[in-house]
Amino acid sequence: MAFEKYDFTPITQSIHQGLIENVSPLLTTIIEWTIIGVLYLLFIAVFGLFLVYAERKVCAAFQQRLGPMRVGPWGIIQTIADFIKLLMKELITPKSVDKFLYNLAPFIVIIVPFLTISVIPFAPGLQSLDFDIGVFFVTAVSSVGVIGVLLAGWASNNKYSLIGGMRSGAQIVSYELSVGMSLITMVILAGTMQVSEIVELQRGGWFLFKGHLPALIAFTIFVIAGTAETNRGPFDLAEAESELTAGFHTEYSGIKFAFFFLAEYINLFIVSAMATIVFLGGWMPFHFGDWAAFNNVMDFIPGLVWFFLKVFGIIFLIMWFKWTFPRLRIDQILTLEWKYLLPINLFNILLMATMVLLGWHW
Amino acid sequence: MAAIIEKIITTDEIKTDEYLVNIGPQHPSTHGVLRLLTKLEGEIVHNVEPHIGYIHSGIEKMTEALSYPQIVHLTDRMDYLSAHMNNEAVCLCVENALQVEVPERVKYIRTIFDELQRLASHQLWWCASGMDLGALTAFFYGLRDREDILDIFEETCGARLTLNYSVPGGVMFDIHPNFQKNVKAFITKFRKKLPEYDKLLTDNIIFQNRTKGIGILSKEDAIAYGVTGPSGRASGFSCDVRKHHPYSAYPYIKFDEKMGTEGDSFTRWKLRMDEMWESMNIIEQLIDNIPEGDFAVKMKGVIKLPEGEFYQRVETARGEFGVYIVSDGKKNPYRVKFRSPGFSNLFTINHIAKGWKIADLVAIMATFDLVIPDIDR
Amino acid sequence: MTNEQLIAHLTSAYPDANVKQGNQYPEITVSHDKAHALMVHLKSDASLAFDYLVCESGVDYPAFIQVVYHLESTMHRHFIVVKTNTENRETATLETVSDIWPTAEFHECEIYDLLGVTFNNHPGLRRYFLDDTWGHPLRKDFKDDIHVVER
Repeated sequence: MAFEKYDFTPITQSIHQGLIENVSPLLTTIIEWTIIGVLYLLFIAVFGLFLVYAERKVCAAFQQRLGPMRVGPWGIIQTIADFIKLLMKELITPKSVDKFLYNLAPFIVIIVPFLTISVIPFAPGLQSLDFDIGVFFVTAVSSVGVIGVLLAGWASNNKYSLIGGMRSGAQIVSYELSVGMSLITMVILAGTMQVSEIVELQRGGWFLFKGHLPALIAFTIFVIAGTAETNRGPFDLAEAESELTAGFHTEYSGIKFAFFFLAEYINLFIVSAMATIVFLGGWMPFHFGDWAAFNNVMDFIPGLVWFFLKVFGIIFLIMWFKWTFPRLRIDQILTLEWKYLLPINLFNILLMATMVLLGWHW
Repeated sequence: MAAIIEKIITTDEIKTDEYLVNIGPQHPSTHGVLRLLTKLEGEIVHNVEPHIGYIHSGIEKMTEALSYPQIVHLTDRMDYLSAHMNNEAVCLCVENALQVEVPERVKYIRTIFDELQRLASHQLWWCASGMDLGALTAFFYGLRDREDILDIFEETCGARLTLNYSVPGGVMFDIHPNFQKNVKAFITKFRKKLPEYDKLLTDNIIFQNRTKGIGILSKEDAIAYGVTGPSGRASGFSCDVRKHHPYSAYPYIKFDEKMGTEGDSFTRWKLRMDEMWESMNIIEQLIDNIPEGDFAVKMKGVIKLPEGEFYQRVETARGEFGVYIVSDGKKNPYRVKFRSPGFSNLFTINHIAKGWKIADLVAIMATFDLVIPDIDR
Repeated sequence: MTNEQLIAHLTSAYPDANVKQGNQYPEITVSHDKAHALMVHLKSDASLAFDYLVCESGVDYPAFIQVVYHLESTMHRHFIVVKTNTENRETATLETVSDIWPTAEFHECEIYDLLGVTFNNHPGLRRYFLDDTWGHPLRKDFKDDIHVVER
């Protein structure tokens, strides 16, 4: 197919070949790891900053403002300036905190997106880890983040932080279930947990359309639960600023605060990327039935562009939630999960299993 | 082991400790320097003790050294969102004491300003309480429309927030030639915008779940605690001073006193939304009929009230505002007491927030529309 | 009831109280020891039913401190002003009316803070606005050497 020409495999293969012919295998591995590490670090930093900028612009559009406009054209350097400010700020450690845990928490929080991003296929051949349990890996690793949030809330020795941390704990642990279950629903349809294969299986049509009703339910639940898991509005209880000032990161300043901030946005990206991969066909272009001409045009758009278009679509949707809805209350959030989403999800798994068994999908 | 679990389940030993949280004096949802010493068990509020006085400016003491026209200028520093109503209360009190009949034109202008001020105040309340509930976009919608009213104020009297427009005997200047045109244009525009407010928040299911049935204040309690204004009327306490003790141009116009029955946060919210519609009706009845005439009567250079006590009540955006002047016949009052609506409204919070969650406490505070300088004076 | 009816009714019901028509509203002045009983009656009497304490204020006079209650009946819509004086200024003490109208609890704290009137049987009398380093600023003999410059 036409879009195969955007495959990154030849590039990565040639780099690997070039290295292995010239240096020892150990050094090759080390160099490759370094390249990948640097690339991911750069990607997370740049993309995080970009998402902050995007959020400010999106929120400004919803609120009939212009958003940042002063630093650089249309304010594009604003977030970089903010980041430099955060880097230069003094790191204040309050007197009565548990110093070890207090300093540990931001690192635990930031480590999660670094781990999960490794299984995301950005484009054909552009994926660093291709486990056969990729989906499972993402759900498993992403639940580590809650420990960081709980630690931050506990170690800060601040009542607001404690309430925020506990809320966040209850909320994330609950919504893990929904995220996992809706992914399981799709795994039943796909028959595999390998991320690259899930994308490959959607060549003939995105799972959202292939799995029709149960997939749609799973997608809705995944977006809701994903929003909740990333602690974003209307589920931003952990840092509900009108109740808890800043929740679990009240006592953090400077770069430690930036870690929480960055982690939130990269988690947003991961959730959107997972939704894209599992439901919207990853980097697969949009094809419509047998409209050959239309499909050919779509094929000319590179997979990388497709991937980011879909991701931004979902990110925009989640931002839309945040800037429209009022915040839920803690008991309402848990009611929503345990009394509505979870039963629906369980039923949905059954539905999907029946459907797959009877071959009622496209 | 089983015995221990049994014991924990049957007794209250599973209870966690109560702990105290200071909500305020610097806190996003107290809208000023109010401190609520809150006793919590987990998320549940057990006791709220309001601590006020952080912005106490001693206005009542200051008035004892000032002349009556000067006092007017102090009053809009209290409830700055109802500045004109506060000004008017003192003016009316002085005029009543001196038996001065102000021209009809003044009455109309004052009433229109009252209602515009009420609209502006409710708009700010709407956007700020939206923010308290986590809907930040609401904040900008409300402020956008409030700008129009402030522009109208600015055109006529030069001030946007603390108007100082009323003086004993009338108003300070005549209305701007564009006043009527602009007010009518604003109302036409705002009638289209107000349904947007409902679409954004009032009809939202999350919002309704956050407010319906929360923080119920019964009618008896509303009367006993002296909760006035929209908060009191939402409980069914008919307390609209405009209706029961009409002043200025209120006797000439037809309007409904909007009432609620439930007394929960949602009713308080809905009632203020309804009041905005009613305010626009009132303005529309008056704006085309402003009689010609003077905008003030000539008062003496030094105003001296006759010996005695005078009380004047007006309806501000927050409730009943009272001015109690004790005069000993000099140019300064002997004692002035301001009965501020926020003061009485605030102290019901312990009564109604008990047993609800922190988030509900914030929602209750939001729907009570507290202005802290009004409470502290 | 109209003001005249109200005055007539009050005069007959409380012979030891001083009832007169004030500038705007009927005024009734009672001594401090009878004030509480009178106000209990003002609220419980069905024909009066003053259930809404609009405003409670204190006024400092040379010989005593006067506490003024503005009362309204939400049922009959009549309005009355009740005045009662403390015995002296030094140990200004009154009976609380917060058991009759809960809102009085807070107004009385304000009066206690600014005028130094102690209310007996008050559930939680504390200073609202000022801390203990202050006197009672609304008293006429209050001197503030730091903040007020005499000219």
